[in-house]
Amino acid sequence: MGKLERIAARQDRAAGRGPTRRGVLLTGLGSAFMFGFAREASAAQTYPQNASLPGNGAFEPTVWCSVGTDGVVNVNIIRAEMGQHIGTALARIIADEMEADWDKVRITYVDTDPKWGLMVTGGSWSVWMTWDVFRQAGAAARTVLVEEGAKLLGTSPANCVARNGRVIAGNRSVSFGDIVSHARPTRSFSPDEMAKLPLKPAAERRLIGKEVKALDIPSKTDGTAIYGIDAKLEGMVYARPKLPPTRYGSRVVSVDDSEAKKIKGYIRYIVLNDPSDTVPGWVAVLASSYPAAIRATDALKVTWTPGKTANVSEKDIIEHGRKQIAEKTGGSCVFNDDGVDEAFASAKHVFERTYTCASVLHYQLEPMNALARLQDGKWEIHCGNQWQSLFLPVIAKALQVKESDVVMRSYLLGGGFGRRLNGDYAVPAALISKELGGKPVKLILTRSDDMQFDSFRSPSIQTVRVAMDDQKALKGWQHHASAGWPTGVMAAAFMEKGADGKPYDQFAIAGADHWYDVGPMRVRALDNDLADATFRPGWLRSVSSGWTPWAHEAFLDELAHELGHDPVEFRLSLLTAKGRNAGKAPDSVGGATRQANVLKRLVEKCGYGKVQLPKDTAIGIATTFGQERAMPTWTAGAVQVHVDRKTGAVTCQKIWLVLDAGTIVDPDGAMAQTEGGALWGLSMALFENTEIENGNVRDRNLNTYTPLRITDIPEMDIEFVDSTEKPMGLGEPGVTTIGAAIANGVFNAVGVRLRHQPIRPADVLKGLSEKKSA
Amino acid sequence: MIKFKLNGRDVSVDVPEDTPLLWALRDELDQTGTKFGCGVGQCGACTVHVGGRATRSCITPISSVEGAEITTIEGLHPEGEHPVQQAWRDIQVPQCGYCQSGQIMQAVSLLKDYPDPTDEEIDGVMGGSLCRCMTYVRIRKAIKKAAAAMREEKSNG
Repeated sequence: MGKLERIAARQDRAAGRGPTRRGVLLTGLGSAFMFGFAREASAAQTYPQNASLPGNGAFEPTVWCSVGTDGVVNVNIIRAEMGQHIGTALARIIADEMEADWDKVRITYVDTDPKWGLMVTGGSWSVWMTWDVFRQAGAAARTVLVEEGAKLLGTSPANCVARNGRVIAGNRSVSFGDIVSHARPTRSFSPDEMAKLPLKPAAERRLIGKEVKALDIPSKTDGTAIYGIDAKLEGMVYARPKLPPTRYGSRVVSVDDSEAKKIKGYIRYIVLNDPSDTVPGWVAVLASSYPAAIRATDALKVTWTPGKTANVSEKDIIEHGRKQIAEKTGGSCVFNDDGVDEAFASAKHVFERTYTCASVLHYQLEPMNALARLQDGKWEIHCGNQWQSLFLPVIAKALQVKESDVVMRSYLLGGGFGRRLNGDYAVPAALISKELGGKPVKLILTRSDDMQFDSFRSPSIQTVRVAMDDQKALKGWQHHASAGWPTGVMAAAFMEKGADGKPYDQFAIAGADHWYDVGPMRVRALDNDLADATFRPGWLRSVSSGWTPWAHEAFLDELAHELGHDPVEFRLSLLTAKGRNAGKAPDSVGGATRQANVLKRLVEKCGYGKVQLPKDTAIGIATTFGQERAMPTWTAGAVQVHVDRKTGAVTCQKIWLVLDAGTIVDPDGAMAQTEGGALWGLSMALFENTEIENGNVRDRNLNTYTPLRITDIPEMDIEFVDSTEKPMGLGEPGVTTIGAAIANGVFNAVGVRLRHQPIRPADVLKGLSEKKSA
Repeated sequence: MIKFKLNGRDVSVDVPEDTPLLWALRDELDQTGTKFGCGVGQCGACTVHVGGRATRSCITPISSVEGAEITTIEGLHPEGEHPVQQAWRDIQVPQCGYCQSGQIMQAVSLLKDYPDPTDEEIDGVMGGSLCRCMTYVRIRKAIKKAAAAMREEKSNG
């Protein structure tokens, strides 16, 4: 069970809710076969498009899949499709275990329904969370199909095997479709029985790990793919928000629409009344077309009393974090090992450095949008979303209706990257529709609205220090990190509890809880409450593991140089796989040994320390465990950078990555995700960032926000370690090493150490000139 | 009423003259394959062909295309089998896919000017098309594959 599912189940139990959401899910898994499963009209999308789906008489051994009388296998996907081809990866786990014919497999991205349990897509969890349940569901289907197939063939199940959509006994066989139409199987399984079903050994896998074309790709090459922004309903009107001067606390004083009325198509404005307090101070502008809504919004004059954060800057937030770190109390500790204070009290040497990262915007290419209406007594919300289970209740609260009166229809996401984990954009669409008596309304944010309203990656400040004895051996470690807490703000109940019992946002510290053996550790997460008050901190691809390694992986290089060690040898000496770093089944078998292995393989590949490179050019290295300690994707990354001493420009010429993510379910998808992740890492390290000015982000479009483009891509060499261990995540680990590797590479190239991300040419020039004058 | 040819059909739309072509295509003519990204012509998601040339539809007023021939992703090939589309599927380029209609339209236009493009030529033309999933490595590869297929088609034809 995934961590979030565990937390959800625990909360349901604590709240006395029964059956629990997880319970429903298990009941579904263990339920008797359901025939002619009635699907309500939905937006759920099926791939390949226009393909037939199992109709009446289908065999539906679990809620997750069904087999039709024509042998078509449909797999229900509760995860959001946002570019990771997740349906293709998950469907093949079931299809492999049931021995289905891949050409007859269809996937359906379903709408919200309590029977699905927790619906969330993030954290690179999808494959990892689904692996056990889908293999069991596939095994259940296979077991029944073999039993019934054997009867039809007049033999015993022991004489039969399932292969490629058929049950075979010697030279005779029967197709899955014929089994379903003739035998009408009725066997059911309890959850315990499901869990005991024999699963195929890794050597018998026929789809997992093999090249298969992603089912969602063809529609993305001919314009037929339907995203949230493409949803359309008869009679709908368009809306755009007029955004208040601060994210929170702004109050509308007056509205003047005399100029807006001159825009053809303008209908009216609405000052939103939001019981969920998701969009305080919003004024929505309605029009008969979206261009009219854009213009009318520009023309509308609104006066607000701004909230308290109208003058907050990025620097204020960083300095607030610096003060929090300097205080001994506050925050919550992920690790707070015995002996850490003693180690520092008795230290002969202490080495300490502080690192910062700027705010980063999601800039997912499809701007936030949602379509809402009341239909047959139910509020329908049409949009792409990554965490339906989190925001459906918020939408219900905003509308003041029961959760069961709200349904979220699923669409493709034009980029997620964590932005759509926060479903705040769906709330105003629902509120506007309510104001119109349930009439369909489509709310779209322009790009500048989208950027101002982004739930972006908080700026962060981190201090790392080690205690050493007189031999300069490491005796203790501290890592303090201050940033806005997305989970604290939006999903506080999902926060983890620290060693001291206090809750902390695991997505604002994960990554710092590393697998190095550095003596007793204190890893302290500090909630930057000024950040939380100024904007809504967001989860952004690789969450904190996108910025905590920026500190400790640069720090380890600095420390190695300080101590006269080679940075790679130094790391290897700390990856001892002892104590809590030994790892445990099933998720971290081998522990830090596997991190050491990817690092060694990386060094072999990239020729670090061996190859002669031109002047001002060098390789930098970093290593991580991917996303989360409980789900480690062992990752080692190297970059070759060149520094132009005249302009200060840093060019990344090549990236090498070696990853051990256990079993690779979808090799091409894994590669695509890692390529994209690595380039996100590069983009954040060198190309994109924003800053908070007067309570809002400075950048409002591509004229000043400058993410990486095709002209900036380096050569890439990515390798996955062969493994049959449980699959971990791959959506984000590619991001995690790149920033620190670049900082380390820049140091190796020109001897300048930069501790603020992104690295800008001006910072390099400043570093070079300081070095010269030193 | 503004009239033009869309994917080979005569169409007319009754919208204000300054309406961006993008919204007329998406909302009046139901061609939603063309996407809204930045709204200022800098991301390329809205790229269509006007008179055979790649054009950013989000900053093109509808009045300026009166009488023009416009092709969108939906009209590039009746079965979606343009060599660029085929290459995009063979190389498995799209991730989220939102920018890919624009990327494909831009790439088709590129190959008219550079039948055998170098990396520099690809970068020069494709640099205006943002892909937030960062599928750039595969875009380059697919363009070269499509170029080879189109040259072969030409020499065989």
